[in-house]
Amino acid sequence: MDKKKLGYWLFFIALFLGPLYLTEFRLALMGKFLCFAIVALGICLIWGYTGILSLGHGVYFGLGAYCTAMYLKLESAGGELPDFMEWSGVSALPAFWQPFSNPVFALGASLVIPALLAAMLGFLTFKNRIKGVYFSLISQAVVVVFVTLFVAKQDWTGGTNGLTNFTTFLGISLSSPLVQIALYMLTVITLGISFALASRLTNSRAGRVLSAIRDGENRVRFLGFNPTSYKVFVYSLSAALAGLAGTLFVLQVGLISPAMMGIIPSIEMVLWVAVGGRHSLIGAILGAVIVNSAKSFFSETYPDIWSIFLGLLFIIVVMFLPNGLVGMVQSWKDKRKKSKQKGGTANATDSVVS
Amino acid sequence: MIAAISAAALTLSGCAASNALNEEEETTAADTSDTVSVGVLHSLSGTMAISEVSLRDAELMAIEEINADGGVLGKQIEPIVEDGASDWPTFAEKAKKLLQKDEVATVFGGWTSASRKAMLPVFEQNNGLLWYPVQYEGMESSPNIFYTGATTNQQIVPSVTWLLENKGKSFFLIGSDYVFPRTANKEIKAQLEAEGGTLVGEEYTPLGHTDYSTLISKIKEEKPEVIYNTLNGDSNVAFFKQLKDAGITADDMTVLSVSIAEEEIRGIGTDVLTGHYAAWNYFQTTDTPENEKFVAAYKEAYGDDRVTGDPIEAAYNAVYLWAAAVEKAESFDVDAVKEAAGGIEFKAPGGTVTIDGDNQHTYKTVRVGEIQADGQFKEVWNSGEPVKPDPYLETYPWAEELN
Repeated sequence: MDKKKLGYWLFFIALFLGPLYLTEFRLALMGKFLCFAIVALGICLIWGYTGILSLGHGVYFGLGAYCTAMYLKLESAGGELPDFMEWSGVSALPAFWQPFSNPVFALGASLVIPALLAAMLGFLTFKNRIKGVYFSLISQAVVVVFVTLFVAKQDWTGGTNGLTNFTTFLGISLSSPLVQIALYMLTVITLGISFALASRLTNSRAGRVLSAIRDGENRVRFLGFNPTSYKVFVYSLSAALAGLAGTLFVLQVGLISPAMMGIIPSIEMVLWVAVGGRHSLIGAILGAVIVNSAKSFFSETYPDIWSIFLGLLFIIVVMFLPNGLVGMVQSWKDKRKKSKQKGGTANATDSVVS
Repeated sequence: MIAAISAAALTLSGCAASNALNEEEETTAADTSDTVSVGVLHSLSGTMAISEVSLRDAELMAIEEINADGGVLGKQIEPIVEDGASDWPTFAEKAKKLLQKDEVATVFGGWTSASRKAMLPVFEQNNGLLWYPVQYEGMESSPNIFYTGATTNQQIVPSVTWLLENKGKSFFLIGSDYVFPRTANKEIKAQLEAEGGTLVGEEYTPLGHTDYSTLISKIKEEKPEVIYNTLNGDSNVAFFKQLKDAGITADDMTVLSVSIAEEEIRGIGTDVLTGHYAAWNYFQTTDTPENEKFVAAYKEAYGDDRVTGDPIEAAYNAVYLWAAAVEKAESFDVDAVKEAAGGIEFKAPGGTVTIDGDNQHTYKTVRVGEIQADGQFKEVWNSGEPVKPDPYLETYPWAEELN
């Protein structure tokens, strides 16, 4: 266990020192991947630990990103109407945009709004014992609703173009390399703290209840627990993490559009976790970084056929590594240690959707 | 066939040679090497690949021609191709890579407005140069972008005027649900009001939508004389087919489209399109000596079954315009090239284009064409001379409230 802890520390310190060995361009990419890793962490909590497969986390990521982007857009407009409103024929700032000129409100909203939406959706579905595939489908429907809404209300949201072209954050220029390095480090710290909190949660009593819900929700209910409140809590937490990641993403990438909260990105998010290993928090982080690095690497090296390589990667993982890369390492270790003991890979047989 | 193979072989060896040269470049100063690298950034995968791949082909062809002619300022142009993957953050990421890592002199790329909007801050922050080759909704003029496609006053506005004069006063607007159709239709509505047209309907469908029966019954009810179509991609196939199945032909109602070029006609099928119209700045049938050469070269390089079209021509022009601006500036420096670009002329396949130094768009001739059974356009009207670009529609009194 202690060796493991040391390994985590080394991993995060190595990430934190990224600016020392990565070029400016690679650093920016890594910063983006680490934002995705925060989303993956949240998905790991609900999917790997609680057995809720959400195919709609793009929405929470997008909402968090939009909240921050609204503030950035207002700041770069400098008291005037944002450019897209002008050419969409809006003459005054819509009332719901007003509070977003306050950075504290915007950053708070980027956590609270996704969490509230998730709590509402979670409460309505989990209370009615909607689970498994049915919940996944509902989460997809939410994605469609939000994407359609954001595209259609071009005068409020910037339509398909989304919100882009930000210059400053709290008066500091976003384009300077120093600010980018600071944001990168902030992302690493946020990821580290989220990881620490998530692993504390999973090792706590509540965490055991979550795993128990995954493995047998009815038994948990018969034991006197209320699975609904646990599920709503962890689902909102994971949405808040996605919103947080959205904020860091917008600050670093400088862009958010409905395409990034759509169905394909939402499914990609689940794929990161699947590749890394859904039963392991560190696996989720590694999955997000590895899949996205592979995507960048393949598409730079083979711009014409890179998607085939990425597809192969997914197929290999799904066919041969049902518990992802970390699951592979784990089962290999288990086999070596206690080759005789039965049930060493207890999780290998459970279903993807409980 | 043999010619095509040897052309491909030549390209490959040319690429290999220039790659080798480029590796040397890393050790020597950029100015003393004999190549200059430029970025080519289009979607080679995803939903937009079908359109954008031919832009890449046109740009690579122009680069090859310029290289065969001695290059720019004596240097061979080395293209670095990247895939935007029909995904806007990827466009921003790859643009950053081209500017920061590869330090390219300029980038040719983009198709959708969203991809351009995503790349715009990257180019402005890194003081890069982007050549954007597709007609778009206007209302933009970045100091780091040159727009070689039409803005609205070089495509939509004149085509609406032409329709009002020749085809009828009552308009039905249909479009895909994204920023180009919505913005374009806002402008069309203001123009109709000012020029005596009437609007009988305005409908949007999601990108990729394929069921148009409800919309067509609405059209049947309203009986417009003109349908102004800003649908994009696959939706056009479904719309035109279902329109024909509903018994509406080009004789009953005129459909004018702004996103259907020769390439798209091949996909939709001439049986349902014949007799309808499209507005562009260039058709494969445009009758200029430059175009004859261009079409022949394009077919030789990429196959007899390929067709050219407006965005393809604009992409091809962009490379030549950049090269001319570099020659005039005697430098690859972005600011020097921008400074020199105003007034640069190029005898393009679609007629002479000139860069407007003020807004970095180009003067272009507007054309309206009727789709023929062979999948080509027959030009029925043109503006006679290149039209000055006016991305903010400042010269139109009815557009005042749009700004």
